[in-house]
Order: sequence, then structure tokens, then C-alpha cells
Amino acid sequence: MAQASDVTMAAPVRPPKRRMNQRTIAPWVFLAPGLFMFVVYVLWPIVQSITLSFYDWNGLYDQDGAFTGTFVGVANYAELMTDPAFEVSLWNNLKWLALYLLALPIGLFIAIFLNQTVTGIRLYKSLFFFPFVISQVVVGLMFAWFYAPNFGLFYLLTEWITGQGTAILADPDLVTYGIIAAGLWPQIAYVMILYLTGLNNVAPDQIEAARLDGAKGWRMLWYVVLPQLRPATFIAVIVTVIGALRSFDLVSIMTSGGPFGSSRILSYYMYEKALSEYGFRMGYGAAIAVVLFAIMMVFISGFIWKMWRDEKER
Amino acid sequence: MFPRPIQQSSTGAQWLYTIALPIALLLWLFPLLGVALTSLRPASDLAQGNYFGMPSGIAWENYVYIFTETPIGQYMINSLWVTIPTVIGAVSLSLMTGFALAVYGFRANILVFFMFVAGNFVPFQILMVPVRDMTLNLGMYDTWYGLALFHIAFQTGFCTLFMRNFIKALPYELIEAARVEGVAEWRIFWYIVLPLMRPAIAALSVLVFTFIWNDFFWATVLTQGVDSQPITAGLSSLNGQWIAQWHLVSAGSILAALPPVLMFFLMQKHFIAGLTLGAVK
Repeated sequence: MAQASDVTMAAPVRPPKRRMNQRTIAPWVFLAPGLFMFVVYVLWPIVQSITLSFYDWNGLYDQDGAFTGTFVGVANYAELMTDPAFEVSLWNNLKWLALYLLALPIGLFIAIFLNQTVTGIRLYKSLFFFPFVISQVVVGLMFAWFYAPNFGLFYLLTEWITGQGTAILADPDLVTYGIIAAGLWPQIAYVMILYLTGLNNVAPDQIEAARLDGAKGWRMLWYVVLPQLRPATFIAVIVTVIGALRSFDLVSIMTSGGPFGSSRILSYYMYEKALSEYGFRMGYGAAIAVVLFAIMMVFISGFIWKMWRDEKER
Repeated sequence: MFPRPIQQSSTGAQWLYTIALPIALLLWLFPLLGVALTSLRPASDLAQGNYFGMPSGIAWENYVYIFTETPIGQYMINSLWVTIPTVIGAVSLSLMTGFALAVYGFRANILVFFMFVAGNFVPFQILMVPVRDMTLNLGMYDTWYGLALFHIAFQTGFCTLFMRNFIKALPYELIEAARVEGVAEWRIFWYIVLPLMRPAIAALSVLVFTFIWNDFFWATVLTQGVDSQPITAGLSSLNGQWIAQWHLVSAGSILAALPPVLMFFLMQKHFIAGLTLGAVK
């Protein structure tokens, strides 16, 4: 603060008009670099992708550097309607979304389990949080090892229980669930940490009052604790939904969409269509991305709406 | 406090809790421990089917091998080349945008703010084709700066949200007082707000470091070769070459996981403050 007051002494007093001017220009000067980057790399590409979804383009330019795509109207979207691989991907995305939400109750359960003050509990909490810090590529490899046929522990476990081992990543009916389980591992850790911080803030007097009234266990959790955890729950839902729809790494690492394309999800299918050895159909890929974007926008709008309400209340 | 402190329970329950804790942790971290142990197992053990029994020795040579025979060291350096500029860039840009959105009540304020927030949540795939195309046209494909520039732009969304909320929580009287004294706006930013931002800068730095270190999608879309691929993409291509050589895959995985894990351990408090978006204090 010493610095700040030195400055106040040094700065000359300006006429009020000029100061008001400075105050209208200043925010835009501060915003300019960040806004520029964000428009160039995020907003403008969204517009471009939506436009591109009405074109057929292989990603190349001709000798003069001109765009070689042809306008095809809604043909890409019409093709999506009858594309069985798209249908599989969409269904798998819904499975991801629904099952990812399991991270909430499980994360809450672990948070309650760990919300004690015994020696070493801080270390326990951070170790439980570990999976979230690790790259999804590494998580994918770890679970691939866990599921590996013939020697993977999961395989041995199923063999021991049913007499026949299940190679989950090679089974078209089960593979998506196997990958989702891998994704849940870090997601649960994230939700857990949100709830742990939330539990820290639960008003102790309310808990005590409820205890005197004879509330305990489930009733206490449902009627007294959970309402106070609402901000944590809200953020947990948002990050979990976004996480489910964003997932790409695990599918890419663990199965590359296989076997027979049965573990594809929209994000991966889009990548496959636009950039992999299966072809360079940029327009078709963009159309898939637009569908994913539209699904995501439902949740993003909900989040923005809630934030807007909170802002107005302030 | 919920649940009821275990100290108030019977001795039996306390014992049970003390035993349950380490067991739960072992089960929870099982995939990680399994891979860590496999990374130190000699290749001959795996060849003989000794996956989970006593290892015949501790094989540090697995790590020596991946460092000397594969470009994993180069991949890790590439990762740093992308991660560190991104942290500096995104944090600096968002300090300014966050300041602008928190301190000035201009008309488009809330609109610009929500745009940053919404942009931060869009699926990467909607950006993929145009961003890749632009990076190619600018001659920045397969370079660390091509990748870092995109990351800086994208992370600015999340960082702006955080910085703006942090600055809003500072006492506004500080700024008012300075204005009454006639202090220029940029001096208010530099000498009054910035020195108070240290915790926010620390929180965002660790978070962005982890996010970018762990990024796989953009690494595969914007880079290709050993000279610029970060560790995540590198590990994925090495995994393709090491089919079923689990001692090597494991050692590579542990190495890739190490920097963010260390970062988390060293800066735990800041890390968690960042993750909860400042909304849950």
C-alpha cells in the first residue's frame, strides 16, 4: 500500500471531464488483448464451423489459395439422420451423460466419509483427490491395464466370479460402460472436493439445532445438510455434464471408438470424420460438432441464466 | 459439523473408521498403485506371467530405457514449452479483462462477461476445423507457439470468470479513494489491485498448468512430430509402438502424471480454491 499512496501524491489532479473520459475508455483498453484473442480463437471459429456445416469440403485449398468447398445446404444434416454411426455416438453420449451423474452421490458419499478430524485426514483427502490431477491419457492407460484380457485384474475378477473372463474393452455391448467407469474415477474425485469444501461451510448451529430436534442420518442429510450444499451441487452438476460431453481422450486412448465403432461418442466421431485416416470430411465433421454444440448450449444457457439471476440479486 | 465427529462415537466405531480409511484409500487408488508397481517390474516377470506376484527385482531400467531409447524426455520438454507460456499469457490477459469487468459499469459489461463464461464451456470440436485451418495458414502448425496461442485464448475465458469474481470481492472503497485523489486508471490497476491478486494468480497458475499439461485433444490436432508434440500425445503414440509391453507403458504413464501431481502437492490450497471457482468458499 505504501506504493499506492506515493502514487496518489505524485499524480496531478485532472479536470473531471477528462477523468470521466478516461473511465469510459479504460475498460476497453484493458479488455482489448484478451477479447481479441478470445474472438479470434473461440467466437469466430464457432461461426465458421456453423457455416462450414453447410459445405462439403476436404480441407484443402487450390493453387491460388482459394477455398475449394461446395455449398450443399442441409445435406450434411440430412445424412446424419440416416447415419447409423451417428446414432450410436449420440446414444453413447446420452449414456455418458446419465451415468456420469453418478459422480454426484458417490462423490458426496466419499466426502461425508472423509469429513472427520482424525490425524492424517488431510493427507487422505489429497490422496483421494489424486485421480483428478492425472491426465486422462494416463487414466485411460491405467484402466486399459486393469481391463486387459487374460491378466488384467478386472478380467481375473470376472473369471473368478462367473468362470469366464470378460474382456470388457473388446465387448461391443459393454465397452462404453467400461470407459465411462474410467471417466468416473477422476470425476468423482472432483465432485468429492467440491462437497468437502461445501461441508466445511455448513452452519454448525443449524446442525446442532436439528440434532436437538432429533434429526439424524438420512433425514439430517436430506433436510438440513443438502439444502446448504446447493451451491456445491450446482457447480458439481455443471462440471459433470460438461465433463461427460467433452470426453474424448478416454475413447481415443482406450479403444479408438472400437470394437466395430461401438464406443464412439460425438466428439470422437467428429474427429474421425474430419481428421483421421477415415477421411477429411470437414463439412460433415462440422455438422456433428454443431449437434454436440447444440446439446451443450442447453446446459450452458442454464448456467448463464442462473448466474444472471445471482448477479441481479446482488 | 456433519457427519457427527467420530470422536463422539463408541470406541468400536472409532477403530472401525481407523481401519476403513487406509483400506478405502488402497481400493480407490488401486489402478494407480498397480501401474506404479508394474512400472518397476522387470520385463521378464511379465513375460512369465508374473503380473501380481512378488517381482524378481526392482527394475529401474524400465525408466532408464524410456529415457534413453524413446523421445519421452523431449516430449516432456515440449510440454513445458507449451504449458509455461500459456500460464503466463492466460493469467496476464485475464488479470486485465477481469479488472475491466469487475471495476467498470459500462453497458456491455455483463454481455462480455457472459460471453467469456459461455465460450469457456463450448465443446472443443466446434472449434477444431477452423482453429486448425487458421494455425496451418499462419504457418504455426506443429509448433509450440501455435498450440500455446490457442490455449492462451481459450483459458482466458475460465480465468476471466475467476479473476473478475475475485476483484469484485475486494473492497471497492480502495479504488474509489484512489479516484478521488486523481490516480490514473492504469495506475489503480498496477499499484492497487495487482498487489492484492497474489492468491488468485497462484490458484490460476497451478490450475492452468495442470489443464494444459494434461491436454490431449489440441495436442493431437495442432502438433504432429517428436519436435513439438507434448507428453500426452507422445505417450499415446509410444503406446501404439509398445503393444502390450506394460512395464514401459506404465513407466511412461507415471512420468507423464508426475509434474501435475507434484504441482498439486506443493500448491494444494491454491489448487482447490481455483477448482471450486471461488463459488464455494
